Amino acid sequence: MNWLLSFVLAIISSMLVDNVVLSRFYGICPFLGVSRKVNSSLGMGLAVVFVIIFSSIICWPLYQLLDLAGIKFMDTVAYILVIASLVQLVGLIIKKYSPSLYKSLGIYLPLITTNCAVLGVAQSNTDQGLSFLDSLGNAIGTSVGFLAVIVIFSCIRVRLESANTPKAFKGLPIALITAAIMAMAFMGLQGLFSGIGA
Amino acid sequence: MAREKGYTKKNFLKGILIENPLFVSILGTCPALATTKTLEAAIGMGLLFTVVLICSNVLVSLLRKLIPEEVRTPAYIVIIATFVTMVKMFTNAFLPELYSTLGVFISLIVVNCIVLGRAEAYASKNGVFDSLIDALGMGVGYTLAIMLMAIFREVLGTGAFSFGKIFTFIPEVKLQIIPKGYEISMFQNPAGAFIVFGLILAIIAFIRNRKAELKANLERQEKIRKAQEAKALANGGNK
Repeated sequence: MNWLLSFVLAIISSMLVDNVVLSRFYGICPFLGVSRKVNSSLGMGLAVVFVIIFSSIICWPLYQLLDLAGIKFMDTVAYILVIASLVQLVGLIIKKYSPSLYKSLGIYLPLITTNCAVLGVAQSNTDQGLSFLDSLGNAIGTSVGFLAVIVIFSCIRVRLESANTPKAFKGLPIALITAAIMAMAFMGLQGLFSGIGA
Repeated sequence: MAREKGYTKKNFLKGILIENPLFVSILGTCPALATTKTLEAAIGMGLLFTVVLICSNVLVSLLRKLIPEEVRTPAYIVIIATFVTMVKMFTNAFLPELYSTLGVFISLIVVNCIVLGRAEAYASKNGVFDSLIDALGMGVGYTLAIMLMAIFREVLGTGAFSFGKIFTFIPEVKLQIIPKGYEISMFQNPAGAFIVFGLILAIIAFIRNRKAELKANLERQEKIRKAQEAKALANGGNK
């Protein structure tokens, strides 16, 4: 059952302990840009979950192929092409089978190509030489972590809109300070694994 | 083509202050938070970023009439990714310490919104020389912005500036600024990065509000003065 344990641990560690946004700094742009409303942040988060999981499923075998062909240095170019076309494909599939979902996700899909979380996960998976299952776990954990954090953050921002903040801090500055406090809270989860002995 | 005099200078300077990519347009925030633990890493990141931006802007500008409208974005992404790969290999060969410090963030220059944004908004519409100057200005502006963040984070977080760890060709120097034991190590953590960025943006907003207020005040006083003058004139006419 060793592989199962490492799979679950990979999910938990990339979701909570080493959260994408708050400790690895991937995907800050959508985190700040698309978090003014809870609904839009939920849409963005779900679209990112789709694309990250599928891209990591495709990129891992692709890397082995590039390795076989001896052109490992082409990995970044290959990944970004995979991601860009995947975003188009996911858009088409959702449009065909669930028009209502497409209506709510539609506008966020093109933005995902330039979300560094997607390329960052694919790249760091292969840079670290993870196995297929571990990289899948990493992708699931990372994307669900992104979804959770962006939804929590947008809930706080909705409250902040009506709060009495100093004029200079209105908007983005106070949002960043909030993100800092959230990052501190997530730092508290770092001791999570010492108990399990991983 | 008739050109405004001093256009080149203005084109270069706009990236540094008025249209600073990081502090005004809030683009490229991921590397700005992730690579600003030390001043040296920030300088390295800025340097690599500027090189990629210049190369991609020039090439996009050269090819702007050849690339069909429909496949513009994918074509730009491939151009940028190619240059990033080249820069990555150069860094790995000549500055291995910088390569291992920045890690995956060198590859992530590909998805930095500034590079794609400048290609779309400027290089695809303007000549080669203008695009070069635009890229240079934006690159220098971004580098200065992340250096500013790194200065705060390194001094407050470690109490000292240290050089020579990443650029190994210069001798190792350590400049102690805050006495040992008084540093606030939180500024080296992710939370510190968010706080520094938030505070800098707040200061900029404060200065901007102040300027707008002063301007509004001046205008109001001018209006009152004019009204009084008109009144006085009217009174004088009545007499």
